Amino acid sequence: MDAFTTPLLAGTATGALLLIAALGLALTFGQMGVINMAHGEFLMAGAYTTFLTQQVVTNTDLSILVALPAAFLVAGALGLLLEVAIISWMYRRPLDTLLVTVGVSLVLQQLAKDVFGAQGDPVQTPGWLDGFIDVFGYHWPYRQMFTILLAVAALVGLGLLLKYTSYGRQIRATVQNRDLAETMGVSTRAVDRVTFFVGSGLAGVGGVAVSLISGTNPNLGTTYIISAFLVVVAGGLGQLKGTVIAAFVVGIVTAFFTDWFSSSMAQVFTFALVVIFLQLRPQGLFTVQTRGLA
Amino acid sequence: MLELRGVRAGYGRTRVLEDVTIEVPDGGAVAIMGHNGAGKTTLLRVAVGLIPVMRGQVLLDGEDITRLRPNKRVRRGVGYVPQGQVCFPQMTTLENLQLVTTERSAIDEVLGTFPALVDLLPRRAGLLSGGQRQQLSIARTLLTRPRLLILDEPTEGIQPNVVAEIEAVIASLTQRGDLSVLLVEQHVGFALRSTDSYYVIESGRITSSGAGGAGALEAVRAAMAV
Repeated sequence: MDAFTTPLLAGTATGALLLIAALGLALTFGQMGVINMAHGEFLMAGAYTTFLTQQVVTNTDLSILVALPAAFLVAGALGLLLEVAIISWMYRRPLDTLLVTVGVSLVLQQLAKDVFGAQGDPVQTPGWLDGFIDVFGYHWPYRQMFTILLAVAALVGLGLLLKYTSYGRQIRATVQNRDLAETMGVSTRAVDRVTFFVGSGLAGVGGVAVSLISGTNPNLGTTYIISAFLVVVAGGLGQLKGTVIAAFVVGIVTAFFTDWFSSSMAQVFTFALVVIFLQLRPQGLFTVQTRGLA
Repeated sequence: MLELRGVRAGYGRTRVLEDVTIEVPDGGAVAIMGHNGAGKTTLLRVAVGLIPVMRGQVLLDGEDITRLRPNKRVRRGVGYVPQGQVCFPQMTTLENLQLVTTERSAIDEVLGTFPALVDLLPRRAGLLSGGQRQQLSIARTLLTRPRLLILDEPTEGIQPNVVAEIEAVIASLTQRGDLSVLLVEQHVGFALRSTDSYYVIESGRITSSGAGGAGALEAVRAAMAV
């Protein structure tokens, strides 16, 4: 039983982390079509925000609760800056955007190394997350359960925002038909900016969860960025439910492969499976069906 | 109301419109007629702000709006119903309307004009028929409370019984008096019935113009036969 529950539960937590990273991408890449390779560095920014918050708010029980909105704001602000300064000049030029954001990603990593050092810093786990429950012999850490809760909260929050708010309708309208949205009075430039802010902010929240599990590290973004892109593509662009399923499948499958082989081989096998899946179904898990002319 | 003065516009380096000057008077209804590819849709897209102007000016109430973004023109009363019954396909009919306003009384008012939409409110707009989508498209634009309504081939590709309904709505809108209308329409007879003046456009240039009405039918046919 242990051989089954351990990778299943650990994999679910990894899937949840991937989901938070991928939700932001589902907005900026899936909805707006921007390939932002610096998205991983927004996770890193979230992790360092958690570290810095602990330096200021020394009560670790409390600091994590301060870190969550702070990480959202810091990563969101970085995303907004990137959109206004660079990406907004490159809409409809995906290859240029990809190359430039790879550059931005390297600059941010170097900046983190210069400011915080190459080694990375530990983040204290708050007392209320320092424990575990016993599930069929597996000591399931509270931290992993917290990650899952965080992912669910982010998902529900984003879902409600898109479905029920005026701003959500404006995002969906802009994605589906930019010109038409403009002629309905929607400022699509403002929508682009706010979407980038929210998408990047979500990565910052993911960074808080990552920091609780593995501390900070200037390179932690690179660990997640490729998997997060794969999750969004495999899930099907423009559909959140596909992203959710793909994130958990990739997380759990990787955990089983890690259990059976090694963690590096697990990555290889998982990526190979995703590539084979996309060969068979290039549009991803879910596609959007309409009757005729969009 | 709206004026285009010596407008040159196009796509990339390709010029589609050359020295186009037209005027839509306050409360007036103007038809633009011409063959496929003459530049009718481009002219409307210039008026709305979706295509940048290379030379010339676009004026609204005498004020230069040549560089104003489309969403700002909407707020100044320019309403646009594009060609091809376009909608936001993954949003429901109601969400398509709520994009413009969530004010229930305003939505009820346009639903009064298009009662067929009432039962379709929860349905995804991408699943509606062409005629239903066109009604939704006009209803959505009316919600922006336009003072100038720009319609691009509103009856194109739609089944005849729905065409009659849409024509009736457009005819009643043009007679309201407080609404100016700029209409592109292939169906010359309907276009002239619904408007009080016309322009004929050929290869991106205005080739003739005049007062509308049934009497203009022969003149327009002659102008378009060239």
